Amino acid sequence: MNEFSLWTVFTLVVGLVAILAFIAGNAMALVWMERKVAGFIQRRPGPNQLGPAGVLQSVADAVKLLFKQILKPSNADSIIFFLAPILSFFPVALLFMPLPFSPFFTAYSPNLGLLLILAFSGINVLAVLLAGWSSNNKYSLYGAARGVSQSVAYEIPLLLAVLAIAFQHGTLNLSEIVEQQGGWPWQWNVFTQPLAFLIYFISIFGETNRSPFDLPEAESELTAGFHTEYSGMGFALFFLAEYANMVLVCCVATALFLGGWKGPFLDGFWWFLAKAYGLLFIMMWVRWTYPRARFDMLLNLNWKWLLPLGALNLLATAFVMKLF
Amino acid sequence: MAAQDQTLIPPIAPTTGTVDKPVVPLPGVADWLVNFCRSYSIWPMTFGLACCAIEMMGVGMARFDMSRFGAEVFRPSPRQADLMIVAGTVSRKLAPAIVRLYEQLPAPRYVMAMGNCAISGGPFAFKDQYGIVLGVDTILPVDVYVPGCPPRPEALLEGIFQVQRKLTGRRLVAVPAGLDLNMEQDTVRNNPGNTGEKA
Repeated sequence: MNEFSLWTVFTLVVGLVAILAFIAGNAMALVWMERKVAGFIQRRPGPNQLGPAGVLQSVADAVKLLFKQILKPSNADSIIFFLAPILSFFPVALLFMPLPFSPFFTAYSPNLGLLLILAFSGINVLAVLLAGWSSNNKYSLYGAARGVSQSVAYEIPLLLAVLAIAFQHGTLNLSEIVEQQGGWPWQWNVFTQPLAFLIYFISIFGETNRSPFDLPEAESELTAGFHTEYSGMGFALFFLAEYANMVLVCCVATALFLGGWKGPFLDGFWWFLAKAYGLLFIMMWVRWTYPRARFDMLLNLNWKWLLPLGALNLLATAFVMKLF
Repeated sequence: MAAQDQTLIPPIAPTTGTVDKPVVPLPGVADWLVNFCRSYSIWPMTFGLACCAIEMMGVGMARFDMSRFGAEVFRPSPRQADLMIVAGTVSRKLAPAIVRLYEQLPAPRYVMAMGNCAISGGPFAFKDQYGIVLGVDTILPVDVYVPGCPPRPEALLEGIFQVQRKLTGRRLVAVPAGLDLNMEQDTVRNNPGNTGEKA
């Protein structure tokens, strides 16, 4: 093993540890942010008793969930039942590896970084399916079936939108895509590909099971959907995976469409985080503004609008790239 | 209390309102810290039985805002909830479902009887009445009783403070200035200091 590969292994390990810390910290911050945003949108203060402005609220929740009894329904499949939450959380750590927070803060920059993200983000759907199947509960199974059909459907327009960007830049390396964009907002891809950005942003609501597309865990119909039977840490891991996935899709959107770490002044990871958190705020804003969509509306929007528009956008991009 | 038909509702749980004892006890400070965290993360279960549930909804709204104390996360699944607020009249037909919901809650779990119907049957406690369970504590161990018909939202908030008090041993939220709350007389039954006399 030569020195170069040792260094690669070292950066990978340090990157993974940093990424796990980043995910956990972000999930805690986002839970607090979500509850504060919900509060302010509904003209309430939100959590404000524990710590300044309630920032320690998610710590209390985490400790509570950690010390909560873990139950398994008597007829559930014990191996798959406990495997599913772990399986939903673990790929997320891998998915954060190719994200370019800044030229320095990139754990791993492969040529096919975008493909890596698109390939492994599908494992989350598998975890949802396993959780729903192994719980031996009708609501869990309905939730899982909805989750699978929804994620499979929304992956296609998402892919088409991402592919248009890949066409435009001729690479699947996220760092290079950011490099080719400029610092000022009109040099970002969101200006050359507004339709792709719109399709991507709608699709990520379906991909991350966020309201208004949170049908796999629709409270009004399915109790709690695929995680109905999970208590304590099983539920917490699903929760963590959902927030980590939100951060992930917003980070990918930042790199693809919003110029990544580049800003008008002083390039760096702060621009990346500010843009990603702006998108996360919009996701929360949407959640607390719109009611849940019906399932036929959800799929009609996907198959009748997003998919044809995405295909047309891709065709137009290919045409323009060939022409100029 | 009127005699209930034991063939319909067998006595299921003892009526000793205690917090479940932990399987593995933690050392003192850690135990207190965990209980402190729990007391600021009491997630109630989403279910209401009668008009008290309307007041329960009011507590989540802008004027009273339960979320200040981290208790606004109404979980639809009993597996993820901590507190069962029995908000309203428990009919005999519903009693088995309520007991099942309680059994589905993972430990530690707390039960609050909200309103006079859940406490004792309230206006339904009369001669020859056959359809209403006279007090949810005949079928579940109740931790905190919140009287009222229905209780005001402030009373429900006070009930949550009493759950916090039961967990940590002291009142965590300050009594508002100008309000004379006699804390010796609290809503926690089974407290040795509580003689049941009203001040």
